[in-house]
Amino acid sequence: MNDSLAHSILLVSLIKVLVLLFLVLTAVAYLVWFERKVAAHIQGRWGPYRVGPHGLLQPLADGAKFLLKEDTTPAGADRFLYFTAPVITLTLAISAIAMIPFGPASVRILGVATPLVIANINVGLLAIFAMTSIGVYGVALAGWSSNNKYSLLGGLRSSAQMISYELSLTLSVVGILLLAGTFNLSELILRQDGFTWGYLPKWNLLSPTFPQVLGLFCYFIAAIAETNRAPFDLAEAESEIVAGYHTEYSSFKFAMFFMGEYASMITVACLASILFLGGWLSPFPQTPGMDWTRYIPAAVFAASAVGLILDGLHHRSLARVVLPLLGLVLGALSFLCLQPAIIDYVQGPFWFLTKVLLVLFVYVWVRWTLPRFRYDQLMRFGWKFLFPVALLNVVVTSLAVVMRR
Amino acid sequence: MTAQLVIFLILAAIAVAGAVSVILQREPIHSAISLIAVMIALAGLFLLLESEFIAAVQIIVYAGAIMVLFVFVIMLLNAGAEERTNMSRMARYVGVPLAVFLLIELAYQVGAATSSMTAQPAADGATRGISMLLFQDFVFPFELTSILILIAILGALVLAQRSEGAPAQRAQQ
Amino acid sequence: MPISYYLALSAVLFGLGVIGFVFKRNIITIFMSIELMLNAVNLAFIAFARALGQLQGQVFVFFVIVVAAAEAAVGLAIVIVIARNRQSLNVERINLLKL
Repeated sequence: MNDSLAHSILLVSLIKVLVLLFLVLTAVAYLVWFERKVAAHIQGRWGPYRVGPHGLLQPLADGAKFLLKEDTTPAGADRFLYFTAPVITLTLAISAIAMIPFGPASVRILGVATPLVIANINVGLLAIFAMTSIGVYGVALAGWSSNNKYSLLGGLRSSAQMISYELSLTLSVVGILLLAGTFNLSELILRQDGFTWGYLPKWNLLSPTFPQVLGLFCYFIAAIAETNRAPFDLAEAESEIVAGYHTEYSSFKFAMFFMGEYASMITVACLASILFLGGWLSPFPQTPGMDWTRYIPAAVFAASAVGLILDGLHHRSLARVVLPLLGLVLGALSFLCLQPAIIDYVQGPFWFLTKVLLVLFVYVWVRWTLPRFRYDQLMRFGWKFLFPVALLNVVVTSLAVVMRR
Repeated sequence: MTAQLVIFLILAAIAVAGAVSVILQREPIHSAISLIAVMIALAGLFLLLESEFIAAVQIIVYAGAIMVLFVFVIMLLNAGAEERTNMSRMARYVGVPLAVFLLIELAYQVGAATSSMTAQPAADGATRGISMLLFQDFVFPFELTSILILIAILGALVLAQRSEGAPAQRAQQ
Repeated sequence: MPISYYLALSAVLFGLGVIGFVFKRNIITIFMSIELMLNAVNLAFIAFARALGQLQGQVFVFFVIVVAAAEAAVGLAIVIVIARNRQSLNVERINLLKL
């Protein structure tokens, strides 16, 4: 491999990394906004609406608050571990997104044809689980290094919960591996291509061999417990244990824990849509009669553009100008999606992001609907119910695979 | 100076630095963190030797579960810093040089004895090959290890139980 | 990339594990030095598996990791019992046959 080719591949990877990093950090910030809005509407109120139109600038205000707050360190804290714990959590949560494929086609950046994924490794699935495993240390070390008994207790409980549900998480995915026979995420998506009876997509959730409904059920519950979200958030809930392992953290370090939690939510949702919902595959068959489905992304952008313009006219402040401008930008994007040169590249990422958004909505919905588990109920549920159900899924799927052959 | 050699040197440096840190740290929790760093560096070296499945298993099981057990026990027992006692004169003037000599001798002898070996690619892919071996040639040890883990779980449960029933009952009420 | 580099590294790590086992006083740190020795041996197995083009070395590493897990579980349970009874983690204090 000559030097200039190696250099350009390195440069292209660097560009992909920077673009994805920017996108992920923005997505994390606006996921917080999304959650607050959905939570508010479930509870019959409005949520943030003062900072910018519909509260859209609230993440910026929160970011400014986190950066400007006083950064304290508790007396007697183990300084090295106190500083490293949030860094571990955030770094691992964001690195796991490097393995996620966003689309099929290879695009040409700077003349080099690359697929829409940063690291298409052969054991991609195992690599993501490896990063989740090491993420337990961020929580445990944060609890230990804060020199605070609530932190220590919260940290120990939280990490015990995470390693218990990690087992069910990995086991619920084994059914998918039996059906597909590979750990490579792009290959897993390609094995779900095709339509049974001509119109039902062959996603793993609706697999003709054995529908992985139990698998998705176990995976989703284990993922909620793994990311310490309600109803499994006893170890960090305010009314229970002050704030658990991140009691003593303030300003930017707390922001890192916060961002790490939402980034791991995004990772888990991406993984759920790749493994069970077909990733970037379209739910409509690609026969010539269904050609109109290729214009759905453009239609969605156009509809949201019209909505933004009409909504902007209601406001009285600067939003009267900004929102219609945003609407015009979306309209331009929609027009761009109609161009024959681009329309094929847009399909994959559009369907993938739709599925991820759907999974994230269910995530937020579950949080604000169900009451919290008590810790012993949580552990009993994880070991005595979820783990046997995941095992049952593995056994039945392997029987189905053998009988089909 | 190929890329492989550079990556090997970086990972080897991290592994050796971590191992030295395991020995030299005063707090057990810092030794545990250094050991985790050694294991992750070793997983990188396994990747360099083209055994990606074992690299992933090393991180998920060894660094992500066994070391978590160590960290839990250190936190539960509140293991503090080791007592500072001066090494005996024998240890300082004879022990340490002998230890360094052991390291150099081992490394030299092992390196010299195998200097003619070169890497050969395996026939199958790593994961497929390992699973074929595990479930065909080595199925009996595989089943035995599952019984071994069961025995270990039972043993750990029995050992760590409180000896008197009364404190546990009081805690439950 | 000659395999002897990996084996020399494995030997160095094993030696450091032995030094830790001999010199340290805290029982958990001694246990961690044992794990360091096991890891060094794993590296040697994988290096040889690559050198000979076989996969049996990797299968054996798999078994070593599993056995190390079982050993760590039981060993740490014993450590907890000792710490509870002797209120100390110093091996020089655990010198009576009767707990």
